[in-house]
Amino acid sequence: MSRFTARFFNEASKPKQEYGEFFKQCYVIGYKTLTLVGVTAFIMGLVLTIQSRPTLLEFGAESLLPSMVSVSLIREIAPVITALICAGKIGSGLGAELGSMKVTEQIDAMEVSGTNPFKYLVVTRVLATTLMVPILSSLANAISLYGGFLGVNLRGDVSWNLYWFQVFGILNFGDVLPSLIKTFFFGFAIGIVGCYKGFSSQKGTEGVGRSATTAVIVASLMVFIVDLIAVQITDLLGLT
Amino acid sequence: MEQTVRNPVIEVKNVNKSFGDNHVLKDFNMSVYPGENLVILGKSGSGKSVLIKCIISLIQADEGEILLLGSSIQGLEQDELDMLRAHVGFLFQSNALYDSMTVRQNLEFPLRIHWSKEERALGAEAAVKEALEDVGLLHTIDMMPSELSGGMKKRVALARSLILRPKVILYDEPTTGLDPITSREISELMVSVQQKYNATSVIISHDLNCIKITSNRVIMLIDGTCYADGTYEELSQSADPKIKEFFK
Ligand SMILES: Nc1ncnc2c1ncn2[C@@H]1O[C@H](COP(=O)(O)OP(=O)(O)OP(=O)(O)O)[C@@H](O)[C@H]1O
Ligand SMILES: [Mg+2]
Repeated sequence: MSRFTARFFNEASKPKQEYGEFFKQCYVIGYKTLTLVGVTAFIMGLVLTIQSRPTLLEFGAESLLPSMVSVSLIREIAPVITALICAGKIGSGLGAELGSMKVTEQIDAMEVSGTNPFKYLVVTRVLATTLMVPILSSLANAISLYGGFLGVNLRGDVSWNLYWFQVFGILNFGDVLPSLIKTFFFGFAIGIVGCYKGFSSQKGTEGVGRSATTAVIVASLMVFIVDLIAVQITDLLGLT
Repeated sequence: MEQTVRNPVIEVKNVNKSFGDNHVLKDFNMSVYPGENLVILGKSGSGKSVLIKCIISLIQADEGEILLLGSSIQGLEQDELDMLRAHVGFLFQSNALYDSMTVRQNLEFPLRIHWSKEERALGAEAAVKEALEDVGLLHTIDMMPSELSGGMKKRVALARSLILRPKVILYDEPTTGLDPITSREISELMVSVQQKYNATSVIISHDLNCIKITSNRVIMLIDGTCYADGTYEELSQSADPKIKEFFK
């Protein structure tokens, strides 16, 4: 796996990239996951708000609801949930796609026809996930805040303007930036794990299924590990 | 006689290859001369596919030397290997069509590296159509591989390996799974390609009709070595029981 990652950086830094395939993959990865991410983010925002209300009510701090919810969503919940969904959807997709190309000798056929399959298939896909997961995650941030607005207004009455005033009042640079940066690493981890599992598929269709499953498991685990490392770093840098 | 004075296109010298304990090729030697149609015959699992994959460097031989069009493939840089591969067509046993692409895109794929953008803009369409016409499948140009029958896939794969007009063509079981008529057509096509472009072919096959039509020379791969070498007539008349088995 580490050799695979090293090879990725080696191939990605060489000239002559496959731009056409890269944009196609961005489209495939981004567009096909958008609805799923959007719906989940909206529900997360809504549910988190509804769940948090009783606790805040106990402390008589109901008016802090928008602030509290938005901080949790932006710093942690929206990026991590998005990354997990992408690990499931994109990770398994990459594992299965490259895995079946491997076992049906399509990757060998590419190599014979003079195309570097690593560059054409792996580099483009890893770069595409590294770019698209942060974009999806940013969209999820925004959508989950809309969910939060609805949640606040189910049992209370906070005007549109006041809600956003509170949200942007509490969110600062130190919340948004680390959360954005870590999503690039989420995207990279998902892409590299999915491609690695696909590329190293063993013979047979059974191997393809196994690649897809382990890609999801390992990618999800990597998301949490990256998250853990990210929180330590932001803590050390005093960005909390 | 003429063959011996010309330099071989492919030379395999003392090649060994094992997968774990499975010693597939044992000191294998062979030479293929320009303009020849060489058939490799051998039982299932005897290492025929492994051998031609070694020739194109998809599998690295453990020991020995392989010369392809005069260069030793083990010593080549990736770029040089890619340039060399442009002169070699390879038909996979499993066809290996890209199933996310249409037939047209499948055939255009080898061109994207070896032809410049201008060449492709001018000639790709015509080249694709010509290659498909050769195999009689022009009407499938915009179909996906999943919509084709097994035999059609094989023919599209054949068209794809011929599109760059290779000097050497390696066929891994070109007629397996085809009906006798299509099979004969493919065999005749292989002969005509060889004559038209003066190509050299290495053909793996069990199909006696195909061998009869295409071969100038037959090699038998048994137990990882080159067991016999001769023309179709010579081998089919052989008294050796191991060889006889194949010609029943
Ligand atoms: N990638 C691999 N890893 C491990 N063993 C392999 C691999 N490829 C081939 N083998 C082994 O090498 C031997 C020869 O395989 P090969 O595919 O060359 O057979 P073949 O002569 O082409 O047979 P067939 O006529 O059925 O295609 C087999 O025993 C197979 O198990
Ligand atoms: Mg084989």
